[in-house]
Amino acid sequence: MLVLSLTIFTLAIFVGFEIINKVPPTLHTPLMSGSNAISGIAVVGAILAAEIAQGWFANTMAVIAIALAMINVVGGFMVTNRMLSMFKSKPAKGAGSQG
Amino acid sequence: MPQETSDSATLVQLAYLLSSILFILGLKGLTRPRTAVRGNRLGAAGMLVAVLAVLIAADVHITLILVGLAIGAAIGGFMAVRVKMTDMPQLVALFNGFGGGASALVPAVFIASKGAIAGDAASSLAGGLSAFIGAVTLTGSTIAFAKLQGLKWGDVRIPSQLMWNVGLTVVSVGLLIYLAVSPDAAFGFWVLMLVSLVLGVTFVSPIGGADMPVVIALLNSMSGLAATAAGFTLQNNALIVSGSLVGASGLILTGIMCKAMNRRLFDVLFKQFTVTGDGAKADDVYAGKIKSTSAEELAMLLESANRVVFVPGYGMAVSQAQHAVRELANAMEKNGTEVLFGIHPVAGRMPGHMNVLLAEADIDYAKLMDLDTINPMFKQTDVVIVIGANDVVNPLARDDKSSPIYGMPILDVDQARTVVTVKRSLSPGFAGIPNPLFALDNSLMFFEDAKKAMADTAAALKGN
Repeated sequence: MLVLSLTIFTLAIFVGFEIINKVPPTLHTPLMSGSNAISGIAVVGAILAAEIAQGWFANTMAVIAIALAMINVVGGFMVTNRMLSMFKSKPAKGAGSQG
Repeated sequence: MPQETSDSATLVQLAYLLSSILFILGLKGLTRPRTAVRGNRLGAAGMLVAVLAVLIAADVHITLILVGLAIGAAIGGFMAVRVKMTDMPQLVALFNGFGGGASALVPAVFIASKGAIAGDAASSLAGGLSAFIGAVTLTGSTIAFAKLQGLKWGDVRIPSQLMWNVGLTVVSVGLLIYLAVSPDAAFGFWVLMLVSLVLGVTFVSPIGGADMPVVIALLNSMSGLAATAAGFTLQNNALIVSGSLVGASGLILTGIMCKAMNRRLFDVLFKQFTVTGDGAKADDVYAGKIKSTSAEELAMLLESANRVVFVPGYGMAVSQAQHAVRELANAMEKNGTEVLFGIHPVAGRMPGHMNVLLAEADIDYAKLMDLDTINPMFKQTDVVIVIGANDVVNPLARDDKSSPIYGMPILDVDQARTVVTVKRSLSPGFAGIPNPLFALDNSLMFFEDAKKAMADTAAALKGN
């Protein structure tokens, strides 16, 4: 199981480096806030942890973990969308459509 | 986590696979302006799939889970809608920290409920790593937030900070090994958590100013790696894949930022910038050579210019001058002047900071030029207006091998016919060294708040 996980991990790191090799500076912030929202995937881990939580202390921590990750998810995707809509709102020009 | 082989467990795994694919496509989309909006939506869709899959499979503590989700969604949505664009670096820092905090709490819930993170050494070590990276990210990002927000406690200096960092890291590594050997060492786990929380503070608190973009990008990467570690503990592929993608993208950004400053990551993190500037030297550089200018004089220069390039820096963000800049740019364009923006990769306090501010002011991103594109154009530029930038236009970085910033790529604004620097005083930038640019023959200083300077110049230009 561990070897399989390590394989997936290594491949995912390579995929990450490959797809994000060239980012125009204009997109540095949106890429960061968008990828930040994806790191909110911790919400899945937090939910799995909440399922096994026993006692008030563990339950409290589980709710906090879910909430923190969810702030990251919802806030991250929404704020990225807000930023990108500013980039998009310019009158369509040649440079815009060529990317 | 015990892996069931039932059909529903397989379906959940397939949903994770789908969400991973959506994340990959989403991140790829975010690297090009044309596809960025769609990329972000694909990422959000991937998250929805993953959360729905784990929710449908959940059979206990549903209320608890839904309450947590609702609270988080409400707070996150509120923050995203209310934040001002000028406060974006703080918000990104804070979100990094929340992601790390969530990952750190996952193994904590296991320890508190079952007395052990996991049954085997590897999963236990991964849980320890998740707590370690997550906790450092949480407090480190909180300090970064405080610095960017201008709160006093963000600038607290810790004596012999390097020793603390080394000491706390050694203790953490020891505790991680201990956890791998004895997964039920609950006490060791809590000590690790505490030590990591302190390490986050001592690690980020001495780093500041122009180094912030590197720190923010690095914390971004760490929030992803913490999720990956949590994924190893839970043997959950969704966490492993998504966390790794974020980790990789954050590392790439960190690398871009370091390269733009010609500093190694190690130096940014562990070596304080040696401030060599002293009053006498600054006087030698500037004495009798500084020419100041006014809104009227600048307006006259701009009126006859064919091409004008703005070079914004953190000062523009502080003064919130982006809308005034747009107004001046519009006035010039009406005159038939070509207006461009030269953006240094580390201008501001986070990667892409200037681009976001100028986009907010409705300036077309096609006019924002990066370093390599704009540098050859300065020779054919009539006026460069430097707004609140200093070290990134310091010719010493190019010409003086003894300078602490030597080798940092700069914007060659001194090659333009006239350089006007809008700045409140001759105070040095983050590097703490005088800037010979200000004393050049073709250099003019406009001592004024950036916003007021731009608004006054726009008014003068329209009046002419």
